[in-house]
Amino acid sequence: MATETGIGASVKRKEDARFITGAGRYTDDLNAPGQTWAVFARSPHARAKLGGIDTGAALATDGVVAVFVGADLKADGIGDLPCGWMVKSKDGSDMVQPPHPPLAVERVNYVGEPYAVVIGETLDAARNGAEAVQADFEELPPVVDVASAAGAEQIHDAVPNNQCYDWELGDQAATDAAFEKAHHVTRLDIVNNRLIPNAIEPRAALGEYDAAAGTYTLHTTSQNPHLERLVLAAFVQVAPEAKLRVISPDVGGGFGSKIFVYAEETAVIWAAGKLRRPVKWRADRSESFLADAHGRDHATHAELALTEDGEFLGLRVQTKANMGAYLSTFASSVPTYLYGTLLAGQYKTPAIHVQVQSLFTNTAPVDAYRGAGRPEATYVVERLVETAAREIGMDPADLRRRNFIQPGDFPYETPVALTYDTGDYDASLDKALAHADYAGFAERRAESEARGKKRGIGFSCYIEACGLAPSQVALSLGAGVGLFEVGEVRVDVTGSVTVTTGSHSHGQSHETTFAQIISDKLGVPFENVTVLHGDTGRSDYALGTYGSRSLAVGGSALVKASDKIIAKGKKIAAHMLEANEDQMAFEDGAFRVVDSNQSLTFAEVAFAAYVPSNYPLEELEPGLSEKAFYDPPNFTYPAGAHICEVEVDPETGVVRIDQFVAVDDFGQIVNPMIVEGQVHGGLAQGIGQALLEHGVYDESGQLLSGSYMDYTMPRADDLPNFLVDTTTTPCTHNPLGVKGCGEAGAIGSTAAVMNAVTDALGVASVPMPATPETVWRTLREG
Amino acid sequence: MEISLTVNGAAHRVDAPANALLSDILRERLGLTGTHVGCDTSQCGACVVHLNGDAVKSCTVLAGQADGVEVTTIEGIGTPDDLHPMQAAFRDNHALQCGFCTPGMIMSAIDLVRKQGDAALTEQAVRDGLDGNLCRCTGYQNIVRAVVDAAGRAQM
Repeated sequence: MATETGIGASVKRKEDARFITGAGRYTDDLNAPGQTWAVFARSPHARAKLGGIDTGAALATDGVVAVFVGADLKADGIGDLPCGWMVKSKDGSDMVQPPHPPLAVERVNYVGEPYAVVIGETLDAARNGAEAVQADFEELPPVVDVASAAGAEQIHDAVPNNQCYDWELGDQAATDAAFEKAHHVTRLDIVNNRLIPNAIEPRAALGEYDAAAGTYTLHTTSQNPHLERLVLAAFVQVAPEAKLRVISPDVGGGFGSKIFVYAEETAVIWAAGKLRRPVKWRADRSESFLADAHGRDHATHAELALTEDGEFLGLRVQTKANMGAYLSTFASSVPTYLYGTLLAGQYKTPAIHVQVQSLFTNTAPVDAYRGAGRPEATYVVERLVETAAREIGMDPADLRRRNFIQPGDFPYETPVALTYDTGDYDASLDKALAHADYAGFAERRAESEARGKKRGIGFSCYIEACGLAPSQVALSLGAGVGLFEVGEVRVDVTGSVTVTTGSHSHGQSHETTFAQIISDKLGVPFENVTVLHGDTGRSDYALGTYGSRSLAVGGSALVKASDKIIAKGKKIAAHMLEANEDQMAFEDGAFRVVDSNQSLTFAEVAFAAYVPSNYPLEELEPGLSEKAFYDPPNFTYPAGAHICEVEVDPETGVVRIDQFVAVDDFGQIVNPMIVEGQVHGGLAQGIGQALLEHGVYDESGQLLSGSYMDYTMPRADDLPNFLVDTTTTPCTHNPLGVKGCGEAGAIGSTAAVMNAVTDALGVASVPMPATPETVWRTLREG
Repeated sequence: MEISLTVNGAAHRVDAPANALLSDILRERLGLTGTHVGCDTSQCGACVVHLNGDAVKSCTVLAGQADGVEVTTIEGIGTPDDLHPMQAAFRDNHALQCGFCTPGMIMSAIDLVRKQGDAALTEQAVRDGLDGNLCRCTGYQNIVRAVVDAAGRAQM
């Protein structure tokens, strides 16, 4: 139903009213009567033996209520923080997972690792107490660089060579054979720089314990409160699930970093029970830099084998992936099943082999950050393809077209375990080339050169696997949880609708898009639909938001639930109109008897369901409320073409993005305005990685980029206006035909920028981020 | 120390340590949680309020400096039924996603438009003028569009 508020309409957002008036409710806005404050004592060393911890001075500090160390949690049966994805090495052995206690015991393994928590009557008291905690550290030499981590000092007793796993995917023999036939081989060493996610809302937690009921309530900044509850109940063992309610209220951005279950909220909820008082913690930005899970940090050698006329024969990739000091919640899956499986890109490369060695270092844990594995894969593939085009003297657009999987090839099974359902890669590239006026590039380059500037253009034709995930596939590959989603549609007595979704919105706009879907499906006015989320007390077990899954999985669950509402409504209406159920149709928000003028409005049927005076009670339960679980049969495969054009000032090394075009195929689109916004934000993060952002540790393991004065966040004057457009091949296997749009910008854009920068400079590679200094040095030193 | 200040037109007396931050006084003492705190180095701009009519980062103002001042926060410029033109422009241009940076961004943007005077506000001037406010969600494009839109709609 095409309406001003239905599917396909750029409806203004429901959530904006509270956010633009200061009425949002974020975790740090909440306080509980009798509340105490938690502040963590954190390791100043990257690697040290942790001897005695003297808490006497801290306890004697004015206003300090309690001090807890790792041994206190252990003595109370609090378990380690687990990793939820078991990856196996190529020899069949399980990955090695070192113990990860919420508060360090015996050893500290990265700067910022918490080893004690001080609870104070006020935040200042807790801060003063934390400064007074005295620990005996015996410093040990740290391991910082992933490239040399395997041969370095052993960090964890149980982890030889600091190796978590040595994983492979694809046919090595076939790939080696392909390289033997090659006319040309392109080789690149590629570093994917470490990023620090930096949602603008720092993480926070408020833990409460109801002694009378024996129940815990945790308000926290989580993208997936049910997962948080599951881990805290089943693994950390704070309390059984039924005694633990986790609520994620408004959350100020996540980008992956708020998926994970961290030490801080674990200590907070446990301490609330121990002290029988509410405990609140909020991160300072400095703590966010030190203790939020970081992203990326790969060192890769990659090779592409081609025929004389540019046909791809084989791809060989060897990656060292930095896990940081411990395995964060989904860390192991990122450089494997979210990375290696995407190395086919948009191409018919027949043989691919990837080997990933994942290694521990004395740095903050590394886990999913917007795109998670797929940006790293795209960066490898698209840097290689662009470089190959230059080496064999072929137009980079033509080389890509030469190798694209064609519309007639779908469903297409790649050599790296995925089956793409649909796509039209030429369509997106053609549209992007037209928007970017590719034909006019040579003229623009000449004009730049005349002014002493260097101009370059770069492409990135990315693919991603989203809509995580078919549970059976994920479980067979080592996931510890199913990956379906739940949705509930409660029709109110008067015909308005309250929807509960397991997807969590922290910027994604579900309150609007999900209401559009329901309005469209049920014919209920958009303003009469309310979407609730983010509370384990409100919905069934749900999996939350990451991997661009909300619409494709969570939205599909709501469609399924709506279908059940319509089916039941037809039965009720048939009874009321004295017709047969199979004569009933539901259209334009009314139940009609086919080929008659008899009909009932949706609201009339709802009323009858709850006020059952004329109602088939002997055949149907009263009420009109349905729930559905949706487990997708496949991933979705958004894909697109990004083109970046830069001008470099060789005198200063400053890279200016002159134009950035993104043409994406997200399948069907529910709200174009919101989709465009998601793309803008992703592009900013991908461009940030290419030009500005870098999480840097020095050789002693101190974080050099630990504040906004040292870590360069993209600001308004760093970015251009983006030209964003779409093509559409509907997803073939979900009821909305949608693919997901949240990560595409961050996945595609980085390679396009760096392809443009290297094109401008006329060099094979430039390290990221391509800061003015790096570019200036590259121009002078090569 | 005890300080007196006017916030959104209402007079308040607050007893706070001299080194307390205005952002904390607004949030913790006066319950005005629309003003957000996103960093500890005065870089992110989520805490921007108007102090005697100028946009300032409230995390840089000590209680001792806040005695006798007049403060306007995001809660003081409009309501859902009667939005300030900048609030309306942010909604209409989809200039926010998670909403966390939004209050500071709106307060900075209003100040920017006011100080621009009668000259037309260029997109580049908005990008330069919002340099002190971080947003991680939007890529800024729709924020810039909203501010230019608002500047053309009304006097601030």
